[in-house]
Amino acid sequence: MPTIAELFRTMEYGPAPESPGPAEAWLEAHGRRFGHFVGGAWTDPADDRLFESRCPADDTLLAHVSQGTPDEVSHAVATARSAFPEWSQLDGHERARHLYALARGVQKHARLFAVLESMDNGKPIRESRDLDIPLVARHFYHHAGWAQVLDREFPGRPPLGVAAQVIPWNFPLLMMAWKVAPALAAGNTVVLKPAEHTPLTALLFAELALESGLPAGVLNVVTGDGRTGEALVSHPEVDKVAFTGSTEVGRRIREATAGSGKALSLELGGKSPFLVYEDADLDSVVEGVVDAIWFNQGQVCCAGSRILVQEGVAEALERKLRARMETLRMGHPLDKAVDMGAIVAPVQLERIEALVEEGRREGARIWQPAWATPEEGLFYPPTLCTDVAPAGTLARVEIFGPVVAMMTFRTPDESVALANNTRYGLAASVWTEDVNLALDIAPRIKAGTVWVNCTNLFDAASGFGGYRESGFGREGGREGMEEYLGVQRDPEAEAVPRTGSRIGDALVGSAGSGPERDGGRPFPGDRSPDANGSEQGVDRTVKLLIGGRQRRPDGDQGLVVTNPDGVPVGVVSRGNRKDVRNAVEAARKAAVGWQEAPAHLRAQILYYLAENIALRRNELGDRLSQHTGVAADWAHREVDLSIRRLFDYAAWADKWEGRVHETPFRNVTLAMHEPVGVLGMVAPPDAPLLGLVSIVAPALAVGNTVVAIPSERYPLVTGDLIQLVETSDLPPGAVNLVTGRPDEVVPTLADHDDVDGIWYFGGDEALARDVELRSTGNLKRCWVDRDAERRWISSVEGSGHRFLRAATQVKNIWVPYGA
Amino acid sequence: MPDTRERTSGWGRVDIRAPTDPPGRNPGMPLDLDRVGAIHLNRSAVERRATTLGTRRSVKKEWQAAWLLRALTLMDLTTLSGDDTPGTVRRLCAKARNPLSPDLLDGLKVRELAPQVAAVCVYHPFVRSALEALEGSDIPVAAVSTAFPHGLAPLSTRLAEIQASVEAGAREIDVVITRMHVLTGDWQALYDEVRAFREACGEAHLKTILATGELATLTNVARASAVCMMAGADFIKTSTGKESENATLPVGLAMVRQIRAYAERTGYRVGFKPAGGIRAARDALTWLILMKEELGDGWLAPELFRFGASSLLADLERQLEHHVTGRYSAFHRHPMA
Repeated sequence: MPTIAELFRTMEYGPAPESPGPAEAWLEAHGRRFGHFVGGAWTDPADDRLFESRCPADDTLLAHVSQGTPDEVSHAVATARSAFPEWSQLDGHERARHLYALARGVQKHARLFAVLESMDNGKPIRESRDLDIPLVARHFYHHAGWAQVLDREFPGRPPLGVAAQVIPWNFPLLMMAWKVAPALAAGNTVVLKPAEHTPLTALLFAELALESGLPAGVLNVVTGDGRTGEALVSHPEVDKVAFTGSTEVGRRIREATAGSGKALSLELGGKSPFLVYEDADLDSVVEGVVDAIWFNQGQVCCAGSRILVQEGVAEALERKLRARMETLRMGHPLDKAVDMGAIVAPVQLERIEALVEEGRREGARIWQPAWATPEEGLFYPPTLCTDVAPAGTLARVEIFGPVVAMMTFRTPDESVALANNTRYGLAASVWTEDVNLALDIAPRIKAGTVWVNCTNLFDAASGFGGYRESGFGREGGREGMEEYLGVQRDPEAEAVPRTGSRIGDALVGSAGSGPERDGGRPFPGDRSPDANGSEQGVDRTVKLLIGGRQRRPDGDQGLVVTNPDGVPVGVVSRGNRKDVRNAVEAARKAAVGWQEAPAHLRAQILYYLAENIALRRNELGDRLSQHTGVAADWAHREVDLSIRRLFDYAAWADKWEGRVHETPFRNVTLAMHEPVGVLGMVAPPDAPLLGLVSIVAPALAVGNTVVAIPSERYPLVTGDLIQLVETSDLPPGAVNLVTGRPDEVVPTLADHDDVDGIWYFGGDEALARDVELRSTGNLKRCWVDRDAERRWISSVEGSGHRFLRAATQVKNIWVPYGA
Repeated sequence: MPDTRERTSGWGRVDIRAPTDPPGRNPGMPLDLDRVGAIHLNRSAVERRATTLGTRRSVKKEWQAAWLLRALTLMDLTTLSGDDTPGTVRRLCAKARNPLSPDLLDGLKVRELAPQVAAVCVYHPFVRSALEALEGSDIPVAAVSTAFPHGLAPLSTRLAEIQASVEAGAREIDVVITRMHVLTGDWQALYDEVRAFREACGEAHLKTILATGELATLTNVARASAVCMMAGADFIKTSTGKESENATLPVGLAMVRQIRAYAERTGYRVGFKPAGGIRAARDALTWLILMKEELGDGWLAPELFRFGASSLLADLERQLEHHVTGRYSAFHRHPMA
């Protein structure tokens, strides 16, 4: 022990240990052996299926935890299922009381939670004490509020049922809160699987929840590794799956749940840009980088791991960063005076080391501070990588460690291009003192959260989640509640009339029925064009609408369409892969202009479309009736309803507004509604005009461009639609229409990596599953409608917020202020 | 590690943490208006850093005792009351020479350090009394000057005041700048004023008080800091202690980051003095953490860092006694100043 006189001269920091006492006592009280927490009781830990949870800073054994088996998972799901009716029917206020008790419980045991979290995960006690645990409490407070006002804020929206939630190890308790709080507030029951590296705080929470009066079975915790998680998410009795973790595992979950009808939200990886413009407060930028990439050892999904800095200040920033790295302190996570703790597990440390080594081989310069990392335990020093090319490993791969790559840009446009040059889209940080620049850049970055002059700020009132391959769905705020609520029904409304199987049989386009034309012969329509559409005999050919022009299909083939009586009434194009590709290209080209068009303009164009339909009401109705075999009065009503629906979305175009979230900072948190981008859409088979209009109009209203595949059964409506679109002032490529065999065109659309979302209303179970499976390539947002009974007539079921939500992503832009 | 100790002409090239000999007293430099205009501080970001300074670090046990002792030696023990008399000043000086009782020094095993405060700070009329009371010690006397605390007397009057205090024997002069120059962005006027103060000081060291509580924005604070240093200030100081808002950590960050930038550009190290409102030992620790983190250990010395405080000393004594006895102490147990 140095003397005070010596310390007076050196002015060192000494050790400042937080006592592990309370956490050790809790572990000891459980004999350091844990079963699962199911139905308000511990299961017996089976000796042969225990795994260890260790402190990564000193390798001490904390406890043995159970590896959940499929049977145990089933038991937990069944328990949650049996608790569901009572919990979901509880008055919102009653649920609010429970959630409030959970919030208070977290606060009362804050120190115990914080210490246990730091021991299990390796994160500095300062972070678990000052950030993780207070945010956990905040989440339960906020969601107690949602439970309280649920019936008024989300009228008619039922809970989904049993939620299966799989969470990561980087913020164990906080991720649990993000999942559990909204699920319980909405009236769902939960089976949660914490990460195998960090299961302890979730177990503690479940135990304390029961003590606080939460009914048994409402929250169940099953521990284990990926196998347990797989059993949980694929369990047939699960209604909702929520996952936070790697993009790789997210894809597997998307696959495992494809075709199951489970609601799904995924919060996945990121390679988030951290943009520094030349007028930024560079000293504050440096602290921003500390918070962005050296927070939680960089094991943060939204870590600012790519610094993009304007060339003029790059040298200064690099110098400042290197100096700052020297003063970071690393050590045991229970030391109150460290900035960085331990890496969670050996496998992660090895991964970080390997990736940095790869970067070094590729020519990157690697900067690390002069100080040595602790000899014992799993530590990796803060690392700054320069001379990194956009193609380099360090610029592309999510490292999930304290490693940041730095690149330069010249202009704001180039900064956006580099920022978006990634498959991910979780978060971004923008540093400039110029409000014009900040508000120009923030909307152009593809990310669910944009922090202006700050980074890694979180709050329960603000939704968090990704664009692109960072996943879909939001956690927190109003947008997060949506993920745990079902749809409002309108049982009074009429169903869309169907003309029965004879119509389905009579339709061409399903395999084997109706003659196909080979490419060598011209279309009938080319021989005897009849613009007025005489319905006698085969006399019309409907082309494709791609990029604002009518196009022959690439394969030069048509499909003959017959009416319900078996009489051929027209030919539609048989689009193929290349036609889909061309349509997506056209939609992509149109996307930026359409998104940036003022909502007022988009509304006017939708009104104009409605106007044009109204002009041709009788003609359209007659032809619908002839093609589909429904009674003329219904067909005319379908036209009228389509006009009404276009009016709906013209109206909403400038009213589907974002919000300003009430986050507890001196800060404006703007929840902006942004279009998903390019949407692929497969129209419902019935009501070919109303069905298509009902899905395309909301997409257009909020700024998406669309590649739509019209009704499989009644594709001839495409001809009228093309004319309507052509005369509507829609910019070329905003709407593209591709007819064809669903099994040929839909998979291409679902596969396409430049399609951001796909809505499948085609009604074919096998194809629906296929769409979900194929969507995993770029993790496009899927809306696969399995509601065969959807009443398109109803303004509740066939229109409204649900459609607008699916056409929108919420981007939260945090703008702190202060002169 | 590469050698980062290059020195070139641009801002920020000098490694201020490198263990080189201090290059001496800041001579100032021509006013660089481009540089001043380029300074923008982001208040929210600075405040976030300020908030976590004290939560990211924790100094306990022997380390805490040593740090509190260091804080004591960095104090400008101050009395600036309208009712000061030679008697109260002499009592303050006695305390400055022997801030800790022999019992306490023995308890801490630091008798050989013979800790003294860094300076005694008084109004001009008491410079002579203080000098007499401090005779035989090497504790300098600092005088507040230039129509303290408002600073709005004619320039000639203010310069004469400085000269009078220097002639009376003050080795340090704490002056207050004209806030109007900052609030109207008249950097040339501020520069000229501080230049004149510096010349009037001669060999005495010049501490420029920004009165940050009246400068409205952190950007103003930072720009004023830069201009004062360019004009040759030896120290920049936050407050007179008479404004409604005293030394705050965000203001401290704004100022020390300018000190860093100035040192990186010129190689000259300018001192920092937070003043006003620092009463608790715990606050002193946080300020030391700020200095250590932002500027390095070199700035934990009386040549480069001072606390302007009066009641802080009593709390330091209490906390040090607690360290020795394990019992919480009381103010009346320690000799008053």
